[in-house]
Amino acid sequence: MSSAERVVFEHVTKRYPGTGAGNPGAVEDLSLEVPAGKVCVLVGPSGCGKTTSLKMVNRLIEPTSGRILIGDTDVGRRDVIELRRRIGYVIQQVGLFPHQTVGENVATVPRLLGWDVGRQRARADELLDLVGLDPASYAARYPSALSGGERQRVGVARALAADPPVLLMDEPFGAVDPIVRERLQNELLKLQERLAKTILFVTHDIDEAIKMGDLVAVMQLGGHLAQYATPDEILARPANDFVGRFVGADRGLKRLALVRVGSVDLQPVTTAMVGGDAAEARRRAAEDDFPYVLVVDERNRPLEWCRDDAIPAEGTVAATNGLPAAPIFDRHTTLKDALSMLLASDVQAGIVVDDARAVRGLVTADMIGDRIRASAETAAVSSGAT
Amino acid sequence: MIDWAWVGDHLDDLAWRILQHFTLAAIAVGLGFAVSLALSIWVLRRPRLRAAVVTASGVLYTIPSLALFAALVPVTGLSLVTAEVPLVLYTLLIFMRNILAGLDAVPPDVLEAADAMGYSSGTRLALVELPLALPLVIGGIRLASVSTIGLVTVSGILGDRFGGLGFFIFEGYRHTFMTEILFGALPSIALAIAVDVALVAVQRRLTPWAAQQVPEGMRPAAAS
Repeated sequence: MSSAERVVFEHVTKRYPGTGAGNPGAVEDLSLEVPAGKVCVLVGPSGCGKTTSLKMVNRLIEPTSGRILIGDTDVGRRDVIELRRRIGYVIQQVGLFPHQTVGENVATVPRLLGWDVGRQRARADELLDLVGLDPASYAARYPSALSGGERQRVGVARALAADPPVLLMDEPFGAVDPIVRERLQNELLKLQERLAKTILFVTHDIDEAIKMGDLVAVMQLGGHLAQYATPDEILARPANDFVGRFVGADRGLKRLALVRVGSVDLQPVTTAMVGGDAAEARRRAAEDDFPYVLVVDERNRPLEWCRDDAIPAEGTVAATNGLPAAPIFDRHTTLKDALSMLLASDVQAGIVVDDARAVRGLVTADMIGDRIRASAETAAVSSGAT
Repeated sequence: MIDWAWVGDHLDDLAWRILQHFTLAAIAVGLGFAVSLALSIWVLRRPRLRAAVVTASGVLYTIPSLALFAALVPVTGLSLVTAEVPLVLYTLLIFMRNILAGLDAVPPDVLEAADAMGYSSGTRLALVELPLALPLVIGGIRLASVSTIGLVTVSGILGDRFGGLGFFIFEGYRHTFMTEILFGALPSIALAIAVDVALVAVQRRLTPWAAQQVPEGMRPAAAS
């Protein structure tokens, strides 16, 4: 695997003939650095210059001024054909070659580089495997026989064929339905954990930007970079009104998608083990102001919620006719998902379990609400300061 | 009505006239295709020149064939050149239109992907654009072949060294002998149909990807 390389924009400007700055697709004095192995999402309304910026990296568009470096090399000084063969490129319409099989499509760049046929084929099979398509059943098909999601996977495989250090993706999942998009996004994130390429990813969808980006570059009309920061920073402290409006009034809610249950201080929960002393459980239940006790099995795994006053005064605790022990979260659950599950549940508390499914504590809607209010305050403070 | 005895006596003539007919047509289609392909590539990214060349080939197409053969005789005599030049000129419009339409129909996203993967403009043309234009290009070859096979008969006006099966038609006409007219006309129709069928087979062979195209709603329900 060739290692990833950083991509640096240095005062890059693109103006179109006969038009001034501020026209659709123009880019004005863009400077940013994407560290090697990171995903940088360029996001903004249509005409903000995000696609122009992307296409200047592989010189499908030449900048008017400024320069772009890959690693330490100015792309403008390299042979354009050789440059492009070292940069993966994925577009919304995929652009597969209809007259070539899936295998031949994937092997395009290796073929152009003059690899021998056996090596080309082995590499194509390896990549189809990587994107979750069985080479035995897919390699010999023509693109017309594929679904939209499959085509996009083949497009990603083709872009990775020569193991380029940099990958450019222009609204790669814009043309597939939301369910397939979600799946492709997750697959790309998983793939990226293994490959660690430097990826520049263009989208107009702020939710996609927040989900996919290690870093997000918000661009505004006229090709100005409005803010370049981590997703959390952009949601917590939008740099100006434009970014604030673009990320939306629900940015507190969006931020919840970035926080996982594992990073939250859990609220303790009173539990009662099945077969334990009922009177003792009842006494402990009365000590907190939460109206329920969580009934657990002998390994501390949740069974059901029982109202404090439904615990028998004497005898033993039993799991009988309480409320279902739901929702159950693990440390990977995002607070956004947690909140939506909580809003639909009987008891407004999510049970957090560990890998052995043993109870660790609770997350409540109130805790999440506090978090939204806190982030809204920090945002208000920072926008007041600028 | 048909003089079968005469037919039986002339089967040898028929064989070599069919061969002559086919050869005259094949030379014209081959030359016309080569010239059209070169012209199409030359004008492809030059819109004004392209309009001029396509218009010119259209004007050529409107000249009556008999008149064109006759007009060339004083210049090139009763020669093969005189027989082929009109045939070639008439193919230009058909070929240029189909080749250019085929190249125009290549989806822009495919071209962008090709550029981004590091095709040079020459390799892109040879390995992406022309192969994708092939269905329309072969469509042009079919059209031009059928029309040229029809026109070869007219070159019989240049004498019995030309005309292929048209020779029989001219002779039969001169002697008001229906059998001979049909002896030329029916095989020329059969030749045109045979060539067309053969070209369809060639097209299937060369563009397997186009055959596998399934309408959107009828694709196998594969997991996305």
